[in-house]
Amino acid sequence: MGEPAEINEIKDKGLEIGAERLTEDKIEKTINSVLKGETGARLKAYVDTCIHCGLCSEACHYYLSRDNDPHFSPVGKVKQTIWEMLKKKGKVSPEFIKKASEIASTECNLCRRCAMYCPFGIDIAYMMLIVRRICHMLGVTPLYIQDTAHSHSVTMNQMWVKGDEWPDTLQWQEEEAQAEIPTLRIPLEKEGADVMYSVIGPEPKFQAQLIYQAAVIMNVAGIDWTMPASSGWDNSDMAMYTGDNEIMGRVKRAHFETAARLKVKKIVMGECGHAFRSVYDVGNRWLGWRIPPVEVVHAIEFYHDILKEGRIKISKKFETPVTLHDPCNIVRGRGLHEMSRYVTREMCEELIEMHPNREHNYCCCAGGGVINCGPPYKNKRIMSNRVKAEQLFAAKAKGAKVLIAPCHNCHSGLEDINHHYGLGLEIKFLMDILYEVMDKPE
Amino acid sequence: MHDLYIFITGPLAWAAFILFIGGSLYRLLAMLILVNRKERFIFSYMSLRYGLRSILHWITPFATVNMRRHPVLTVVTFLFHICLIVTPIFLLSHVILWDESWNLSWWSLPDGLADFMTIIVIAGAIFFLIRRIVSPEVQFVTSASDYIILAIVAAPFVTGFLAYHQWFAYEFFMVLHILTGEMMLVAIPFTRLSHMIYSPFTRAYMGSEFGGVRHAKDW
Amino acid sequence: MIDIKEWDWETPEKKIVLSDWTEKFRWVEEPSVSPDGEKIAAIVKLDEGEFNVCVNGQTWENPFEKIWYLRFSPDGRLTAIVSEMGEWTLAVDGIPWEEKFAYIWNTLFSPDGKNIAVAVQNDMQYCMALNGIPWEETYANMTHFALGPDGTKTAASVQVEKTSEGEIHKFQEGTFTAALDGKAWDTRFVNVWNMAISPDGTKLAAEVRLNLYDYTIAVNGEAWKNTFGCVWEPVFNPQNNAVVAPVRVAGKWSLAEDGNIIWDRAFFQLWHQMFSPDGKRLVAIVAPKFGEWTIAVDGKPWRRTFDEFVTDVVFSPDGNRIAALAKEKGKWKITVNGSVWTNTFDMTWKPVFSPDGKNVAAKVDRNGKYTIIMNDRLWRQECDELWDPVFSPDGQKVLVRTIEDGTYCRRIIPTAELTG
Repeated sequence: MGEPAEINEIKDKGLEIGAERLTEDKIEKTINSVLKGETGARLKAYVDTCIHCGLCSEACHYYLSRDNDPHFSPVGKVKQTIWEMLKKKGKVSPEFIKKASEIASTECNLCRRCAMYCPFGIDIAYMMLIVRRICHMLGVTPLYIQDTAHSHSVTMNQMWVKGDEWPDTLQWQEEEAQAEIPTLRIPLEKEGADVMYSVIGPEPKFQAQLIYQAAVIMNVAGIDWTMPASSGWDNSDMAMYTGDNEIMGRVKRAHFETAARLKVKKIVMGECGHAFRSVYDVGNRWLGWRIPPVEVVHAIEFYHDILKEGRIKISKKFETPVTLHDPCNIVRGRGLHEMSRYVTREMCEELIEMHPNREHNYCCCAGGGVINCGPPYKNKRIMSNRVKAEQLFAAKAKGAKVLIAPCHNCHSGLEDINHHYGLGLEIKFLMDILYEVMDKPE
Repeated sequence: MHDLYIFITGPLAWAAFILFIGGSLYRLLAMLILVNRKERFIFSYMSLRYGLRSILHWITPFATVNMRRHPVLTVVTFLFHICLIVTPIFLLSHVILWDESWNLSWWSLPDGLADFMTIIVIAGAIFFLIRRIVSPEVQFVTSASDYIILAIVAAPFVTGFLAYHQWFAYEFFMVLHILTGEMMLVAIPFTRLSHMIYSPFTRAYMGSEFGGVRHAKDW
Repeated sequence: MIDIKEWDWETPEKKIVLSDWTEKFRWVEEPSVSPDGEKIAAIVKLDEGEFNVCVNGQTWENPFEKIWYLRFSPDGRLTAIVSEMGEWTLAVDGIPWEEKFAYIWNTLFSPDGKNIAVAVQNDMQYCMALNGIPWEETYANMTHFALGPDGTKTAASVQVEKTSEGEIHKFQEGTFTAALDGKAWDTRFVNVWNMAISPDGTKLAAEVRLNLYDYTIAVNGEAWKNTFGCVWEPVFNPQNNAVVAPVRVAGKWSLAEDGNIIWDRAFFQLWHQMFSPDGKRLVAIVAPKFGEWTIAVDGKPWRRTFDEFVTDVVFSPDGNRIAALAKEKGKWKITVNGSVWTNTFDMTWKPVFSPDGKNVAAKVDRNGKYTIIMNDRLWRQECDELWDPVFSPDGQKVLVRTIEDGTYCRRIIPTAELTG
């Protein structure tokens, strides 16, 4: 089967230079040391149990969007990567590794929808992560996301935000917000507060208004909250997605120990999906914490609680009909779909469901580190999610004008789809609407 | 021919059952030991409630979204697996063999029904074979081993069917039936037919993670 | 030196009314209390862009445009990061350092409180400043700041080769190193993280990454011969100046001294190793198994484990007892030598030993009210705010600093009253 043209055109120095430096000997040793040293019964059971039935295919938005090209079915990606490495006992070429890295890093969002379609519950996202781990150990990772992992390693945040830039940004946002609410504070380093609010690197870098809005919500809701002035403020984690587990662990440790140092009872985090996965489900495990050592509350659950407790009052509901996207990491990853509907209905006049929804919603095609692999893959990412555009078109046909995407990656990925397919939807975070419709002091 | 029959129903049958049961236990135990050695965290997430919840959904016809998406395949798969397991256990001539050897006997299927169920297994195997060849997403991930295990599973039913009807070469097909039946038993723990052993565990683990940790459905 | 003998251990109660502060100022931020309890201070807002610090009701002489990170030094001096005319510096008891900077943050105090260091940014170049004097050298980026035990040396991880975003291969060749008092090592590493300065000030040890996956400890720029799957922060052995750090081998953590494994047991996790005051015993927070946390003393874990978290380990002054905080099923607990107190809390603070090591006290939070617990017995008083208890030198009395109904209260309570 011929491959779509744009795949062959992609040039990525992270993959090219990385693969040039490989020897077959190094590849073989690395693959076998990862497979032998870091995998166990799970991988073995998954490989021995899979009966190659292909039933996972229709779970995958890549497969569906690419006219059922079997190269893009979940099991098809497994075949092209880990099966081959296992079958050849690691004796594969640098060219193969380059291709495997591209498949695992840019053709799978690790959204785990396929795990719900496999009769045996085989976790293909896990297998793709093993491939990424091997490629990381071989130094063959797409350039943009590798750079992000390096940022994590140096600064403990995703965006190379330096030590001074972080508190400076918070102080700037505090001042801005004081124009609206003169008594508003963003309390830095307040030991013993109830809540530490944590965000992802892009917020201080490009989306400081989100910190502003969060500060307004926290102040109006009367939450005893704080933000750290040190590193450890960023909950995001692209190292988790490059297979750099050690950096992932380091970043998560910094995050949790910052919360522990501040003696907060819980961490409330912004509307990010992958960060939630890394804090709630993955990074904590690498460090030995069965559950997060400090309770982690995603923004959706937080809004749900403050609305339910009446800490925030809605002055006038949002009138434009909205539709709601269910991000994988907080819906398949945390079951927050009913809470997000509660929040949406409290704030908005009309919610028009897209189909499929809840656990079965289609992925945004940006998550799992795919959008972080950067511009070289943008076109492929958009082409590989035609099915999402169709799903959104249907919701629009029923009247939806605003698309709520309560996750940063989803937000950015859907923005690209919105633009490319000409959907004409306005994309918002839940927080954008909450900030707009809530009762604020005069 | 008689000596051969004695051999394949005697020592070889013993060997087949020992390999099947011993092999399955070995594979199961090896898996648990490996989990204990390298992925102990799995035990700490295993949940009886959510494991069973998941298994129950996936052994109930049409209880999952994907089953509803593929109604024909779902019907075939369930019939195939039910007949595959039930027919040999409750076939009258098999029950008689158990009775003769061990003085153990249980309810058996009427011959006509058993014959029909055999046809279902054979038809199911043909359906899977065709699906493997004509569905691009299945063809793409198909290797020789997939055809071989399908053949291993179909063979005892095809030969049994031919032997039962005694249309021709009865003795030959009888011997072949016994041999292929033994072959299938032995193949279960040592090929990807081991999904019979592993799948309750992979299912229960995914169910536990989805239910206990992620508070979501996995069907 | 801080001589706590000189503190007032006699007056049973001293009160400062705080409620009128809120009337006087536009806002009053969360207060800080001096170690001896004689002073309570808070950042207050006077007007738009005009802040001050209020200490016992009196403001500093001069206001500032912005003030943050108000902290008492262990010797009782009050510090804050302040800005004037768009420049930042540290004010100590209201007097700003002469040197001004584009930005400063991360104030560090030496244990005796005499020395104060901050991280500095000037013209997008970074360095540390000690007592107002910045390093001569500046760097393109700087992380992981350290102040030596005697407070005379500062160190940080610094970037010595500039990289642009996206230059991943240049980054992987090594662009970082560590600098002690501004002097960078010659060696380059992919990453340099947490570091420790030896008690005599001659050595600097840091966690380093040599490539994408080999980790080790570097001491004065020289990496240990052995590499590991990962490492955590090093500490110095006070007895022989050797460096001890957690290292990961084949997926399990153990402790290494100068590169060689010293504990015969490996753990799922191991960190926060520390020596007893006499330097003879070495403890660490460990997870013997996934999801089970405890403390290992000289390599042997306590039998009692906790499912969520263990933190804030502290030795008694004689080194014979160890107290720590533990979290189990969502509740915080205090454990001493592996036995657990029956009271549980919403939050607990680092336990404090009496000088003889016999009594253990801690600040705890229950239902949003603070109190003191000593030897598993709760103090009768519940407070709106409270600071860590301090034992008198003879251990007979406890200094308790609280806020109750808008009034700050410095109390001296007989230890016997708290132990019951």
